[in-house]
Amino acid sequence: MTEIFSLAADNLISPIILSFVLGLVASFARSDLSIPEAVAKGLSIYLLFSIGFKGGAGVAAHGIDATLVGSLIAGIILSFALPFIAYGYLRILTRLPTIDAAAVAAHYGSISIVTFVAATSVLEGRGIPSEGYMVAVAAVMEAPAILSALWLVMRSGKSADVEEGLWREILLNGSIVLLIGAFLIGWITGEDGLREIEAFVVAPFKGALCLFLLDMGLVAGRGLRESRGILGVGAVAFGVLMPVTGSLIGLATALLLGLSTGGTVLMMVLAASASYIAVPAAMRVALPDANPSIYLTLSLGVTFPFNLTLGIPLYVALAGAVAGQ
Amino acid sequence: MEMHKAKRVEIIIEAPMERRLTRALADAGVTGFTVLPVLGGSGRSGRWSREGQVSRAGGMVALVCLIRPDRLDALLEAALSVVERHIGVVSVTDTEVIRAERF
Repeated sequence: MTEIFSLAADNLISPIILSFVLGLVASFARSDLSIPEAVAKGLSIYLLFSIGFKGGAGVAAHGIDATLVGSLIAGIILSFALPFIAYGYLRILTRLPTIDAAAVAAHYGSISIVTFVAATSVLEGRGIPSEGYMVAVAAVMEAPAILSALWLVMRSGKSADVEEGLWREILLNGSIVLLIGAFLIGWITGEDGLREIEAFVVAPFKGALCLFLLDMGLVAGRGLRESRGILGVGAVAFGVLMPVTGSLIGLATALLLGLSTGGTVLMMVLAASASYIAVPAAMRVALPDANPSIYLTLSLGVTFPFNLTLGIPLYVALAGAVAGQ
Repeated sequence: MEMHKAKRVEIIIEAPMERRLTRALADAGVTGFTVLPVLGGSGRSGRWSREGQVSRAGGMVALVCLIRPDRLDALLEAALSVVERHIGVVSVTDTEVIRAERF
């Protein structure tokens, strides 16, 4: 327990977390501080490219093994399965209609690449290595949860707006293409390729992450301010309970796969995080009757800050205690 | 200068639906339109602003189309088939254009 608090305290005074807090505070104080949309998009492209490239270069150095394939399959299964657990929690803790509960559940089966990036930064800061292919696991976990949510809706007798173009848009969304693409480039070019662009993808990474999290803090704070009263106590409790549950399932999965401590942390983070980029857009198309304020506020306003501030240190401590033995 | 009567149709719709809407319009034979970004607004879902939209899910776009009056029904049918279940507004105004052969 002491280690968890110590880790949490260290995490909370790190530049990346404090940047997020700055954004939150600025937003609550109604400052006119804002990051231009194109700049935020540029930072996001940079972070995705860098993390994908470094992951691929890592795999090139250590090779492919059965654990990599097992992790990819496990990730897909988790993404399909977690929405059902989320949906069950929501039915118990809230009075959300089926369609809203299903839409929220889809978010919690998918992943937050920003939380994943923050977790890799924390691990690097602590000198805890992790498997490079966890980036690919993140990419494959983006989409299957959407299918589960649609199944939940259709099972209840309601209709979802699904057409052929939707799947193409989901599977080929910019984040996935960039992540997988950069991963492949890193894998093909290996350590030599990484050395060539190290000054761009390694050294400035944390600084760029600070700016991006500043923007995320502004966005999360704005969303919380404007969505006051939308979420009940039960929904907020879900926003904390579900990531913890997901992390424990991720922990069990990582132990079964035999991942390193760092890999275990990342699997926990992936299972604990919730999407707020790809899945919300998919939900607007497929489940237009679902209220976007609910799922966006939960994933971005409750779960994301929880994971960033308390969740990641908790998962690192747990993984260290269990997988590190 | 000779002016010709036309209809100006403006559709404000959720950003993730833009592609589906333009495809529906193209299928209805409407291939001339302009898409404009929307900075923010307020409606039944509350106030929103493009600033700080981390996802396209929360944004809107405005699609403006100038057409001959006799093509209005086909356009509206195509547009409503997409807009119906989503957050959006369709408005039609009378306008005049030069170079009628382009519409």
